Amino acid sequence: MAAEPLSGADIVIKALVDQGVDVVFGYPGGAVLPIYDSLFKQNSLRHILVRHEQGAVHAAEGYARSTGRVGVVLVTSGPGATNAVTGLTDALMDSVPVVCLTGQVPTHLIGNDAFQEADTTGITRPCTKHNYLVKDVRELARMLHEAFYVAKSGRPGPVVVDLPKDVLFAPGPYTPPEEVRHKSYRPQLRPDPVRISQAVEMIARAKRPLFYGGGGLINSGPEACARFAELVRLTDAPCTLTLMGLGALPASDPHFLGMVGMHGTYEANLAMHGCDLMVAVGSRFDDRVTGRLNAFSPGSKKIHIDIDPSSINKNVRVDLPIIGDVGEALSAILAEGAASLHCADSAARSEWWRAIDKWRARDCLRYDRGRRDLIKPQYAIERLYEFTRDRDVYITTEVGQHQMWAAQFFKFDEPNRWMTSGGLGTMGYGLPAAMGVQIAHPEALVIDIAGEASVLMNIQEMSTIAQYRLPVKVFILNNQYMGMVRQWQELLHGGRYSESYTAALPDFVKLADAFGAVGRRVEDPAKLDDAIREMLDTHSAFILDVAVDPAENCFPMIPSGAAHNEMLLGPEDEAEKPVSEEGMVLV
Amino acid sequence: MVEIERHTIAVLVDNEPGVLARVIGLFSGRGYNIESLTVAEVDRANGLSRITIVTTGTPMIIEQIKAQLSRLVPVHKIRDLTDEGPFVEREMALIKIAGKGDARIESLRLADIFRARVVDSTTESFVFEMTGSSEKLNAFINLMEPLGLVEISRTGAVAISRGAASF
Repeated sequence: MAAEPLSGADIVIKALVDQGVDVVFGYPGGAVLPIYDSLFKQNSLRHILVRHEQGAVHAAEGYARSTGRVGVVLVTSGPGATNAVTGLTDALMDSVPVVCLTGQVPTHLIGNDAFQEADTTGITRPCTKHNYLVKDVRELARMLHEAFYVAKSGRPGPVVVDLPKDVLFAPGPYTPPEEVRHKSYRPQLRPDPVRISQAVEMIARAKRPLFYGGGGLINSGPEACARFAELVRLTDAPCTLTLMGLGALPASDPHFLGMVGMHGTYEANLAMHGCDLMVAVGSRFDDRVTGRLNAFSPGSKKIHIDIDPSSINKNVRVDLPIIGDVGEALSAILAEGAASLHCADSAARSEWWRAIDKWRARDCLRYDRGRRDLIKPQYAIERLYEFTRDRDVYITTEVGQHQMWAAQFFKFDEPNRWMTSGGLGTMGYGLPAAMGVQIAHPEALVIDIAGEASVLMNIQEMSTIAQYRLPVKVFILNNQYMGMVRQWQELLHGGRYSESYTAALPDFVKLADAFGAVGRRVEDPAKLDDAIREMLDTHSAFILDVAVDPAENCFPMIPSGAAHNEMLLGPEDEAEKPVSEEGMVLV
Repeated sequence: MVEIERHTIAVLVDNEPGVLARVIGLFSGRGYNIESLTVAEVDRANGLSRITIVTTGTPMIIEQIKAQLSRLVPVHKIRDLTDEGPFVEREMALIKIAGKGDARIESLRLADIFRARVVDSTTESFVFEMTGSSEKLNAFINLMEPLGLVEISRTGAVAISRGAASF
């Protein structure tokens, strides 16, 4: 029985509904009007009207990362699409499943420099996992279903589907998702059993093992994270996580050494430097993690479990690559090693833990807790954590010092609770991402830990937050500087703070008011607790502008071009270990 | 110093718009070298094209190139012909010589030795067609240089493995 043909726009809506989509973040415009008309006539899909297309993509990312589902974006042609590019690149770098539908001028005008025309597939080719230009309505349903399949399978990522306006008006057949199978794209999920056995053997033999988990664990799902925690505990091995992996192992677990990398803990970085076996799980040896490559963990064998073969041996040569879904690989290791993994050399293991305890005793995250005159940013986050630790809380961040402090001082015991722009480092990510998280979890407490500079980059989304009455909390650590820029200028450029001071910041209390939210400012450490309490007790959107020490720097720090064992622990180290000339040119 | 290797890689891709841009963008975006790249449809029924890429890099880079290529969604298969045993590699060139007199005669004589074919001729020019390894083409072109060489068009290498095994 041939189904009645639908219009292209109706096919789009039907495909989204059949893919289980319940919310779309978007902004209308000429080329996508037919889709907005179809949206108007139905009740299954909710549309969230953002104020800028970049915000739509970050909101979809927040939605995706807090739920494990695909985030969906709908924007118009030309500027709608180009505005989405930063968000798409962010999603690509952090492997977030997003499907972004872009309008396009009618097929017969493509290439004519038509009004609001941009070569969207050309522009987004390097910043998406894949993209489609639908030139024929008969291809539309298949391409949409493929887009969802590609976005969420293997290493997830953003997929763009570019939709010319005439295709949206044209009548065409609908194909349900179950009848669509991609011709060739089949990421390998099952790990090679031979390598699993080798991994078990290597782990059992290791004297100083270290688990190094990343965002791949979060992407694989809570089940994979549970397997990971099980393996860490079974082997009684120390474990560190990347910025993207926080929450994959509960921060309260005694095996957790804190975050690794440039602003990771002393114990995590020294354990990485000194281990004899590194088990990398869903992590990618990013330059923020490895520091100077030729000095990276010189004495260790390395196992690398990842779903993306191109992550293997990209930066660091590993001894045993295991390609597959990390959850499946971890289950296989646990199944095979149930008997052998915990009978490791216990004397050697205790010696390893003694060394780690010594590093831990350095208390690398210490800061001046004695200040009564101004609020230390670390203190602000510690207090925020204390007040929210027993609540259903989701944290997003912007990018910079506040982001690193949040990563260091906020403790995550579950996956999908921490949304931050890791790979691309997109200032302006946190507020729209928080919006997306709140849409996905209406009852939860969602806090954007922000810097005053970053949050201004997408501050227009306060209007979206107002429209949908989202009780998002914005916790601004306001030091009046682009803090991380200032820190690098202090370290590398003789303290010449070129353009890193914001001379005309808005009054965030009034700004909150203007957007129908509640705003408060706090400057006195003694009043911080009350201010946080008020924020948490308020059932609407809230901006808490916390005036913090403008001179505080983020430590520990591995300066660029340095190795893990050359980290700076505090300001006293800065003078002693100047950054090398090779390090200066790195980012 | 890590040594730089030259590899010939065959890539079977969906013959769809943008696929070549994807491959080329990958090379330029990640800073890999392309010595030559050829592409044409090879399987109309299944809509498949074959791209032959000659590239250079350290062994780690070559491994990355293959991994990154296989990550592209429209890529079906990849073969590193250089790694996988003996293979045949050929290139074609069209070479135009302009001039009169002895140089013109000499170019024709050399073309004969190299088994180049004359595909166009006027009283003051020849166009030679020549197929062979890139080295052979280079040698012939070098010889033509003083004999009135005015224009060259080369296809870039195509390659296939020897023996019965197929892609």
